[in-house]
Amino acid sequence: MIAIVDYGAGNIRSVVNALKRSLGSARDDSRVISTEAARPSGEISQILLTADPAVLRAADKVILPGVGEASTAMKALQECGLADVIPTLKQPVLGICVGAQLMCAGSEEGDTRCMGIFPAEVRRFKQTATEKVPHMGWNSLRILSCPLSNWNNLRPLSCRPSKACGDISNETTPTMIPSPLFTGLKDGDYVYFVHSYYPEVCADTIATATHGVEFSAALARDNFFACQFHPEKSGTTGEQILKNFLSL
Amino acid sequence: MVAKRIIPCLDVKDGRTVKGVHFVGLRDMGDAVELGARYAAEGADELVYLDISASVEGRKTFCDLVSRVAEQINIPFTVGGGISTLDDAARLLDAGADKISVNTAAINNPGLIDAIAGKYGSQFVVIAIDARVVDGRWMATTHGGRVPTDRELFSWAKEAQERGAGELLFTSMDHDGTRDGYPCETYAALADALSIPIIASGGAGCIQHIADVLTAGRADAAPAASIFHSGEIPIPILKQELRKQNIPVRL
Repeated sequence: MIAIVDYGAGNIRSVVNALKRSLGSARDDSRVISTEAARPSGEISQILLTADPAVLRAADKVILPGVGEASTAMKALQECGLADVIPTLKQPVLGICVGAQLMCAGSEEGDTRCMGIFPAEVRRFKQTATEKVPHMGWNSLRILSCPLSNWNNLRPLSCRPSKACGDISNETTPTMIPSPLFTGLKDGDYVYFVHSYYPEVCADTIATATHGVEFSAALARDNFFACQFHPEKSGTTGEQILKNFLSL
Repeated sequence: MVAKRIIPCLDVKDGRTVKGVHFVGLRDMGDAVELGARYAAEGADELVYLDISASVEGRKTFCDLVSRVAEQINIPFTVGGGISTLDDAARLLDAGADKISVNTAAINNPGLIDAIAGKYGSQFVVIAIDARVVDGRWMATTHGGRVPTDRELFSWAKEAQERGAGELLFTSMDHDGTRDGYPCETYAALADALSIPIIASGGAGCIQHIADVLTAGRADAAPAASIFHSGEIPIPILKQELRKQNIPVRL
């Protein structure tokens, strides 16, 4: 079951639609897929909108959407009692847009302390003659590579690179590969952004984009993933990212 | 760098895409969702759906259409036509629209922009202005350019931005439908005057017109209707040509 955190600050409709599309064509057909999204009312459903900590803990995957203003969204999360729950989750968690920002250390927007899963601070873009604010539209990703050991726990078996014969460099130089969130993507692929604040580049950055300044377009640490862009609106590239997340 | 956007516009009446033929007849161009999906697959960056139904039933059909578009299409889309209250905007947001565009209703009631942007954010509100030159000044019009207003383009666009509009969709009624190109100098002057992205609409007859308005006109996006609907300029060809001219586009 995929739980979408429903705390009154989400673009939930778009995310549900995109998940249905991704599930509909996911290669993993071993699970029972219901295309019905339902609020918690007892029935078992594949996609569940919920603010219940117990449901979140039981989910296979958790998605934290978000639009709007960071301090308001953070306050809503705290009022649901979820700001302390989300950082303790063990299954794959994906934050989107403001949801991603709430997983960072803090935001300049409304001088907000966030959940601190990623060490990045969230800053406001500076308007220039060529860089408009909000940063709205399609921008290209620079996909970073990390030591393979960072992903071993989550990477699907089929995606693990086979060890090259005669490769003796592995002892000293770790194999560098992109995050499993980006399996099947190319460096430079375009995704759709709508935001005025950005997470800085930090140790957990897995992809950057540039809008006057280079910033974290996506972050990952352990079971936590975050996209500043909107995978649910990013065409086939976004669908691939969602499928990758669902396959973790 | 943010890519310049190519945006097919679909006029919708009773769930079907239609194309006006010299203000007299409407030609059926096919199912609005299917056509939108085809454009998305071909590389359109966004879509615009404009409701041209005049009836209550038409409006309801349109809202259902917006839900189907949101379910099936994986790129952002804007909807417009007949949005005159915060409730209208809310209904379309709930149906899954990423943005709404307001035109005549905002001229009659500029506070509508504040209300919608205040509730749903500036990224949700596109101010659409149809203007034409009257005595040397660009003046906003309504009803497809037929009804003049006392709003001057630049001051009205600035006011709309200050009230919270997140993008400007400017159509020159002197160029719309002519296929002679866009008024690039006016677009460039708007880019100087405003900080929000500008969508250039009306006048495209060939690829070079679109290239010009995205470079000399400094527009952020170019929508078009007939050149795409007729298949005259396929989107992939257009984008490849724009990239050859060093215009950043998503391929």
